[in-house]
Amino acid sequence: MTALLVLVLVAPLSGSEFLNPETRALQDDPFENPGYLWVDRGAALWSETGCARCHALSDVVASGFPRYDETSAALIDLSGRVNRCRSLDAAPAWDHDDEPLLALTAFLLNRERGAAIEPVADSRAEQFREAGEAFFRQRRGQLDLACAHCHDALAGMRLRGERISQGHTNGFPTYRLLWGTLASTHRMFRWCNEAVRSEPFPVGSPEYVNLEYYLRHRGRGLRIETPAIRR
Amino acid sequence: MRARVNLPRTARAGEVVTVKTLVAHPMETGYARDVQGTVIPRHIITDFTCTYAGREVFRAAFRPAVAANPFLEFHLRATVSGPVAFRWRTDRGEETTLERTLEVT
Repeated sequence: MTALLVLVLVAPLSGSEFLNPETRALQDDPFENPGYLWVDRGAALWSETGCARCHALSDVVASGFPRYDETSAALIDLSGRVNRCRSLDAAPAWDHDDEPLLALTAFLLNRERGAAIEPVADSRAEQFREAGEAFFRQRRGQLDLACAHCHDALAGMRLRGERISQGHTNGFPTYRLLWGTLASTHRMFRWCNEAVRSEPFPVGSPEYVNLEYYLRHRGRGLRIETPAIRR
Repeated sequence: MRARVNLPRTARAGEVVTVKTLVAHPMETGYARDVQGTVIPRHIITDFTCTYAGREVFRAAFRPAVAANPFLEFHLRATVSGPVAFRWRTDRGEETTLERTLEVT
């Protein structure tokens, strides 16, 4: 326990370090991990929806999202990028937690499982990273807590029955046992915001994309674990 | 329903092999309510069967308390080469089947 607390202070730790051994085993078994149901479906969708018409799978770096996007002069996340392609096909946009979008993003990120998170360097994205960090440190809700209070200062401690993780995004989309389904980072942000009794932002909102971008910097070097299992 | 099964392709005669199955299903209990307060109707897998070379070797009955995306692990003794067929059925009559071949050497 002491050793873990010391580690917390020096290096980013994946959420899987805070899991109990049974959950960890579930995540590490490529068959028992239910997240692979989505990965399999995503692989089929990649060809069915025609992604392969324009994109070579080997060129896709899904873990580099969110990144700066010249068209909108703002950040774009992986889900937003998929939806842009859909708009070119005049197909309706998917919500972040629609099954096909979860499946596609899980498939793409799973291909990079084991790779270290390395945000795409871009000076134009700097202001968004700062906005994301400000969000992370801003107190909110009736409980008057910022993300940083738990996930920086108290990571490794217990909150009711569980260990508080550092709140990294390297395992997303993540299979959440509580929900019995795969979930996006934005759904998790909403859940966290609600847990401190604050009004959550909509999925895909610039606030959450900025936060996600900041978290990629904060968790730089962590290995991609998609699809991770979280309680 | 999307399903995954895992069993070896080949086995020695008499060997006990491990079979793992996973199926995507929400397993709605019928007790939960949505944000409007409306009851979400019950929708669960009710039974699962596994046949090996035409003979039923494993059967499971599911109840509402079973978690979403049910996972099962069981064993069977390899005797003859033949198809191993899996079938999941829901309370609405939907059915998903999968088949693998086990070769006994």
